Amino acid sequence: MNNIIDYVWLVPLFPLVGFLLNGLLRNYLSKSLSGIIGSGVILASFVVSILLFMQVKGGSTGVVTLFNFIEFGKTSIPFAFQVDQLSSLFLLIITGIGFLIHLYSTAYMHEETAPHFARYFAYLNLFVFSMLLLVLGSNYVIMFIGWEGVGLCSYLLIGYWFKNIEYTGAAKKAFVMNRIGDAGFLLAVFYLLSKLGTVGYADVFSKVDQLSGQDLTIITLLLFVGATGKSAQIPLYTWLPDAMAGPTPVSALIHAATMVTAGIYMIARSNILYTLAPVTQTVVAVIGIATALLAASIALKQNDIKKVLAYSTVSQLGYMFLALGVGAYTGAVFHVMTHAFFKALLFLGAGSVIHAMHHEQDIRNMGGLKKYLPTTHITFLIACFAIAGIIPFSGFFSKDEILAAAFANNPVYYVLGAIGALMTAFYMFRLYSMTFQGSFRGTHEQEHHLHESPAAMTIPLVILAIFSFAGGLVGIPEVLMHGGHQLNEFLAPVFAESTRRMTPHTIDHTLELILMFGLMAVILVIIIFAWKKFSSYQKTDAEETGLGKVLQNKWYVDELYEAVITKPVNAFGKGLEKLDRFGIDWVVNGVGRSVQYASRQFRLLQSGQVGSYILLMVLGMILLFVLQVFLKK
Amino acid sequence: MPINLYIFLALALFSIGVIGVLTRRNAIIIFMCIELMLNAVNLLLVAFSKMHLADSMAAGAAPTLTNGVDAQLFVFFIMVVAAAEVTVGLAIIVMMYRNIHSVDVNFLNRLKN
Amino acid sequence: MNITEILFWLLTAVALGGALLVVTSKNPVYSVLALIATFFALSGHYILLNAQFLAVVNLIVYAGAIMVLFLFVIMLMNLNTETEPQKNKWLKLAGTIAGGCFLLVLVAALRDADSKSTMALVGSGDTGLIQNLGKALFNEYVIPFEISSVLFLSAMVGAVVLGKK
Repeated sequence: MNNIIDYVWLVPLFPLVGFLLNGLLRNYLSKSLSGIIGSGVILASFVVSILLFMQVKGGSTGVVTLFNFIEFGKTSIPFAFQVDQLSSLFLLIITGIGFLIHLYSTAYMHEETAPHFARYFAYLNLFVFSMLLLVLGSNYVIMFIGWEGVGLCSYLLIGYWFKNIEYTGAAKKAFVMNRIGDAGFLLAVFYLLSKLGTVGYADVFSKVDQLSGQDLTIITLLLFVGATGKSAQIPLYTWLPDAMAGPTPVSALIHAATMVTAGIYMIARSNILYTLAPVTQTVVAVIGIATALLAASIALKQNDIKKVLAYSTVSQLGYMFLALGVGAYTGAVFHVMTHAFFKALLFLGAGSVIHAMHHEQDIRNMGGLKKYLPTTHITFLIACFAIAGIIPFSGFFSKDEILAAAFANNPVYYVLGAIGALMTAFYMFRLYSMTFQGSFRGTHEQEHHLHESPAAMTIPLVILAIFSFAGGLVGIPEVLMHGGHQLNEFLAPVFAESTRRMTPHTIDHTLELILMFGLMAVILVIIIFAWKKFSSYQKTDAEETGLGKVLQNKWYVDELYEAVITKPVNAFGKGLEKLDRFGIDWVVNGVGRSVQYASRQFRLLQSGQVGSYILLMVLGMILLFVLQVFLKK
Repeated sequence: MPINLYIFLALALFSIGVIGVLTRRNAIIIFMCIELMLNAVNLLLVAFSKMHLADSMAAGAAPTLTNGVDAQLFVFFIMVVAAAEVTVGLAIIVMMYRNIHSVDVNFLNRLKN
Repeated sequence: MNITEILFWLLTAVALGGALLVVTSKNPVYSVLALIATFFALSGHYILLNAQFLAVVNLIVYAGAIMVLFLFVIMLMNLNTETEPQKNKWLKLAGTIAGGCFLLVLVAALRDADSKSTMALVGSGDTGLIQNLGKALFNEYVIPFEISSVLFLSAMVGAVVLGKK
């Protein structure tokens, strides 16, 4: 094997094989076997990904064309995989964290029957396959295949327990929201095709100067619409919290390794386009920061352990878009990476808690779990520190990089981002304290059954905890350590063109240090406050009032959508239904009825009288002869 | 004789047969009209056979014995088939008379269902 | 007008008159007799065309055997004017008009049909002689001839089966 890059197709092939095996043989596989298949294929992909990463780190990148996918006119769209710094990094995240989640799932889903167990792994494998396709594709069309694939798989997995009507509703919501975004993406691809006649990354980016500023703005905005759907930004974020309906490892997969990072990846991949479209950049940054704040504020008052985490994901994604908007592409990718570690850890930890609590998700009924779930407790705490941004946990470095870039771009972004970071610290430690500290508030039966999760669940937790702790060390900022930002150097080739064209914003090193540690000090204060406040939390029946109630009800966004979009659309649909039933149906039925009537009349010709038949026959012959004689001439 | 005269004669006979079929209700008469039509065709075939002979003679070729033989043999076979047809047909009509005591085709409207 | 033409028109008149009588007569027995007259006239035409074999066969098979069969059947059923079913006159009119139109259209269609020769050879030509026909029949047409015997056999069996029921 001289060049591993030529074998890149192995990476998505393994999950596809796993999907086919688990999907087709689900009625014949035992649970352990489908678990081994499901996890094994991802592990295989992970191994290949590591080899690829090594190769890329050595400096070789490449595009591997498998076959010609679509060919029309002068345009041909190859089915090709692009291996470079960005995609190899994402491969590691997807397959690595994906594997841990698969491993975890084998224990978490053990209550399911074998066929459903295999179905679960089939979906999971397909999910990973789609995501790998998305990341590996060397043009927007291949990316779109994966883009649609993850949308489909999220639908399948969120609605995994399809007997529950609410869950299927959540699945539908996710699918519809995604479709809205996908439409934007698709339009952008068509626009690119019409303007440049190509969709390959390399071609597009080299021809980028042929596009007018207006074209660039339109394309990037449309792509961003796609990203808001996939990556849960305002206004299409509402599906993500509802996506909690799926099994918890699925939430971890969606939130950490796949799906939501697709939008970030896509924009990071198209960084040149965005760099040249300042209007879009502003839009992206504003939407990102707005989403970050909105989601963080909602998370303050949620009581469902998974809902809190879901809104925190939305909020963190907001940060990533802020980073993209201010041109800190490396920062965004860095945050994707660290976020993948600690958010996967948080979700898997939450899954462990839920597992122990027998599917209790309300944190008001938890408390004091650190006694019963020591491993989960420690790892969860690490994750909380990481997401809150305490040095030297991974979240600190990535978040700091984003905020520094934001400050350099516009101090207002920084202030808002800092407020969001404070809220993040608050709700995370509210969640942590209410879950693990204080005294147990659940029923005695639940308390009796509390137990630490099996090794298959705790091992991924520990591994992820290590990465959550140390994962940020690949991107130590310049002010703390010269040459510490290895990730920046690694990704530099991908963003080189953007860096060249961007007006550099620099920030004074002293100021950066002040901001960095000043913010961390405030965060620490908040953490201590939240810890103290919620460790002694007691259940009350008091209703939330004022702002608290608004926050608890998620700013009434769902209700707003219901009133502004769903209801009018439904009414419109009802109107169309009436038109269909009384207009179109009437015409269609009328045709049928008139044919029936006519045939009832014509039937009378069939008198059964031989004489009349002969008469008609003779008339027919006469007609034929007349035609022959008079029309032929 | 001009061939046209034979053609018109045959057509007239044929049409009279058609009119008979259309206007009569007696199955036997209808049957006879069909025989009439068959004979009209026979006459036409024989006339054409002789026309063919006249053709080949007019063309100057020595008239061979086989010119026009085919047509007359056709007539012969038509007669053969007609004879067979008549036996079976009359047998059917006799059957019909035995069952419904009539030869009126209007009673035979079972085709309706 | 030579003797051939006179004979032609005479025979034609008999044939057409007989045919009309077949259709119009109310008594089925008269119809049969009229049809026999028509067949005789047609046989006369065949002789005129020097198709002697067919003329004889026509007389023996049609006028002799078939029409006698008809006559037997009619007499067996005791059909006469009283029992003769009649269509209503509008239907008769319709049938007549349809038949007339049929004739008109056919005449119109065939009037301009082009053929190399417009004459039929009358009174000469050996084609219709039994010797020539026999040679052709037992050489080229021997298989159809034999098959027609099978046809007769099956017709006979059919008639017997139907008659016995």
